[in-house]
Amino acid sequence: MGALRALVTAAAVVVAVSLQSGPLAALAVAGVVPDLVLLLVVGVALVRGPQHAAVVGFLSGLVLDLAPPADHTAGRWALALLVVGYLAGLVSQDARHSAVAAIVTVAAAAFVGSSVFALSGLLLGDPGVTVAHVLSVVPVEVLYDVALTPVVLPLVVAVSRRLEPGTDRWVRA
Amino acid sequence: MRVADRRERDGSRTRSVVALLALAAVAIMAVDSAGDSTPIEPLRGATSAVVSPVQAGLDLAAAPIRSLGSYVTTVNGLRKDNTALRDDNARLRAQLETAGVDSTRHSDLAAIATIAAGSGLQLVPARVVAIGAAQSFSRTVSISAGTADGVHADMTVLNADGLVGRVLRADAHSATVLLIIDAGSVVGGRLGSDGELGLCRGDGDLSGAGRLTLTTLDSTVTPRAGDSVVTWGSQDGTPYVAGVPIGSIQSVQASPRDSTTTAVVRPYVDFSALDTVAVVVSATQSSAAPAPSRRQGR
Repeated sequence: MGALRALVTAAAVVVAVSLQSGPLAALAVAGVVPDLVLLLVVGVALVRGPQHAAVVGFLSGLVLDLAPPADHTAGRWALALLVVGYLAGLVSQDARHSAVAAIVTVAAAAFVGSSVFALSGLLLGDPGVTVAHVLSVVPVEVLYDVALTPVVLPLVVAVSRRLEPGTDRWVRA
Repeated sequence: MRVADRRERDGSRTRSVVALLALAAVAIMAVDSAGDSTPIEPLRGATSAVVSPVQAGLDLAAAPIRSLGSYVTTVNGLRKDNTALRDDNARLRAQLETAGVDSTRHSDLAAIATIAAGSGLQLVPARVVAIGAAQSFSRTVSISAGTADGVHADMTVLNADGLVGRVLRADAHSATVLLIIDAGSVVGGRLGSDGELGLCRGDGDLSGAGRLTLTTLDSTVTPRAGDSVVTWGSQDGTPYVAGVPIGSIQSVQASPRDSTTTAVVRPYVDFSALDTVAVVVSATQSSAAPAPSRRQGR
């Protein structure tokens, strides 16, 4: 069961990364595309809690860092999505049973994720990361991710639950 | 009591895992920012080997969806035969609009073939299969040609309109291209009217309306609005071959304080609609014979 789950998660991450830079680029608003990977991490966090989501966030962020056409310093999305997975996992008990709470969680996750990514860019001296660019990207990103939540999040949660029958440890703890 | 104990133990283990992974992320950043040939590069290649075929497949699958555009069917309460007619209509419309995309692609390829024949440059055509998102704050794209087609790092990428960028790294069947409007891109430019040299830096604009800033090497030269800028070129044509049109000068700002003049260059290439591009795999031209590309006075 563990191997199957890892395999499905890995496949989902690869497809999400590819969709995000490929076909979804045609739907970009001001250059911003919906963060499918971030929604995936939040979905995993809601079902499985902070520890598992932090690991999935770190690994999927690393794929996002290394997959073409990315050219920023590797490790930046890994750190950002690690934080997102952990924080979303901490509030998962409250966010899991209400749609509004789930949407608020996604909005907060998008804000935290993009902010951590931008801050690491500022610290590393990435020439593309300027305060003006950050201010223009982050609000669009949060709104776009929230808009996609009703479509993507239930799917991720349903698949995660199916791969995990009865071992919903975080609920019963 | 036992439940609280277990939760406490879980919490502290989670914190350890998170701290460990955060350290790992910081370590990866430190290693990767150390230089050009870091241990991270092989990992990028390996990831690309997995992701690129998926990207290429999704790109093919998405072609009819893309061409459908804003076509939305609302067939609520309509009779069955009516639905069938609409489906037929949708299918035909999709065919028609895909045909439009195909013919655009065909004419792009024809234009690139003309450039290749006229300039003596050996070009490899490629398609843009992935575009870097604005939330990564860099302007890069993936193209569908790689080392198997003769594409290597530091080669010039152009399309029928002008200069697109340069190859950052290439794998077997895909390559990553840094667009000239990226904030980290610098291209040597030559003014079309008097041959003066300057450096064109990308402004890193993320929303599609990217511009370049031209600083002339000779500070007494003032570029004129409307003048064209072509690549200056370097010894072996790496990373940029000479004479490829970059853009036209949109406006000029003089700064009396430090006696420099900067000009805003509007690129000829429409970076929000990149599709077919070509990589210069062999620059056998002499630098005296610039590539006669189609220049558009947009």
